[in-house]
Amino acid sequence: MYPLRLYVFKTIEWLLLLAVALLFVFPFLWMALTAFKTLPEVFRFPPTFLPESWQIQNFAVAWKSGPFLTYLVNSLFVALSILVLQLFTAVPAAYAFARYKFKGRNVLFGLTLIALMIPPQVIFLPIYVFMSEWNLVNTLWSLILPYGASAFGIFLLRQAFMQVPDEVIEAARLDNASEWKIMWKVMVPMAKPVLVTFGLFSFIYHWNDYFWPLIMTNNEQVRTLPIGVAMMKSSEGDTLWHVIMAGNMILVVPILIIFFFAQRHIINAFVYQSK
Amino acid sequence: MQNEAVAKPEIEMLESAHAQAWPQQKPAWGRWETIRPYAYVTPALLFFALFFFYPIGYVMYLSFHDWSLLNLEAKEWVGFANFTELFQEQDFYQVVINTGLFTVLTVALGIGLAFLLALWLNRKAKIYGIIQGTIFSPHIISLVSVSMLWMWMMDPQYGLLNAVLEALGLPAYTWLSDTKSALLSLVLVSVWKVVGYNTIVFIAGLQSIPRDIYEAAELDRSSRIKTLYKITVPMLSPTIFFLLVINTISSFQVFDTIAIMTQGGPVSSTNMLVYYIYEQGMDFFNGGIASAASVILLGLVGLLTLVHFAFMSRRVHYR
Repeated sequence: MYPLRLYVFKTIEWLLLLAVALLFVFPFLWMALTAFKTLPEVFRFPPTFLPESWQIQNFAVAWKSGPFLTYLVNSLFVALSILVLQLFTAVPAAYAFARYKFKGRNVLFGLTLIALMIPPQVIFLPIYVFMSEWNLVNTLWSLILPYGASAFGIFLLRQAFMQVPDEVIEAARLDNASEWKIMWKVMVPMAKPVLVTFGLFSFIYHWNDYFWPLIMTNNEQVRTLPIGVAMMKSSEGDTLWHVIMAGNMILVVPILIIFFFAQRHIINAFVYQSK
Repeated sequence: MQNEAVAKPEIEMLESAHAQAWPQQKPAWGRWETIRPYAYVTPALLFFALFFFYPIGYVMYLSFHDWSLLNLEAKEWVGFANFTELFQEQDFYQVVINTGLFTVLTVALGIGLAFLLALWLNRKAKIYGIIQGTIFSPHIISLVSVSMLWMWMMDPQYGLLNAVLEALGLPAYTWLSDTKSALLSLVLVSVWKVVGYNTIVFIAGLQSIPRDIYEAAELDRSSRIKTLYKITVPMLSPTIFFLLVINTISSFQVFDTIAIMTQGGPVSSTNMLVYYIYEQGMDFFNGGIASAASVILLGLVGLLTLVHFAFMSRRVHYR
């Protein structure tokens, strides 16, 4: 009705949207740009925007500044082992909570929900103490075992299993399929989107995790990527921000790539609890 | 205490399995049928018992003992001495105040800004979806990188933020290097990381409000502001409550940003509970103090969890 007013209004809104987007994208862009600069250029004020010459070797310098191959292998091994273990504990538990009526079910599920709410930061100290009493500190076990069962995974899968129609299970039972087989061959495939969602959540969480490996390890043989990247800062003298930012790219880029391709799944995974 | 916590799930499980399985004298197949659900939940519950309920009991046990990581064999019973010592510690008050201030600011700003963003960005057109994804992205990035990136941008000499301030003709800011600004700088980083998550949660909440309520309000010629106050906010109250609980718990447990950006400084102006526990327990070998502080943190988080559950169950009954 008021085309001119509408036009002005829309333009202002687009500018605001652009500003908000920049507020969240620019820091990442700045990380990438810094990672390609030379040290003198990093320490120039006011800073340059684009690197004067693109220093690809910063990444090689970052990679060689510590045993990064070990860190990378450890990170992948820990995150994937946790995921596999969590699936093998969560699927049967979620199936039982969703599909069987048994005495104590509500109490046991209540305990699971409590486990969902209390973060590991609150109880790391006693876990560290008994892990060191059992000589498990400084092993990959100490990074994997405490996360062996995921309350969130059980919660998510239970919801998915409850939505499978009864007829599907009854049909399988008529075919004389065992319960174990129904669980893995009928229910799990039907919950595939939820499994993908949970898998992404779990992998991203443990790939990013800094706190737990910092507490449980002090030996670089069993440390993971976030620790390795964080330790680049502790060296004496000038902080080599170009190399540090290159190191951080190793940590960030895989996650951003996954996010680019599976944005909906990831957002669903992270906001699921709120629903 | 801790034994009780561990044994509870198993005992209950065994008892009920036993009670159901034996009296009826079912054939072997039927007996397995009653045990089966317990067998299925056991592996997960064993992990919870060992790495969740046992530590909760164990940290209470530890908080009544004098011990250190240097010699774990020697744990001496001291009653409430750790707690009285903790409350006489001047540092601890500073830590509690810092944690409280950080939590209030992060939660208020993180939720307030997210609410406004959600009202604005809750549209169908593709551009809004892209912006939603963009502001969410910091949430899935490691706090290590987020911290180091902001630390670099906050560098007092060469950082981008001071360059921007200078370009705008404003004086340079002290960011992490001053006791007055360091905590606020950490709040800024935390809000930046969490606001996208909160926004997406709010948008999900907004979309679950039935359309016909708004149509009725329109028929009544309710003003926009009035609709916001009388319909949107009350209908979003479960979402707001959820975000309050989740954001408060995660602010209580803040650690990574402190460990990387400030190490609690300058002069413990950014030292907060989890970092304090870590320092006392792992660096200063003050096991007793650290476990007493852990118990207090556990109590706070436990209280929030209880409130959360009470609210959730009321909501379920109400429906």
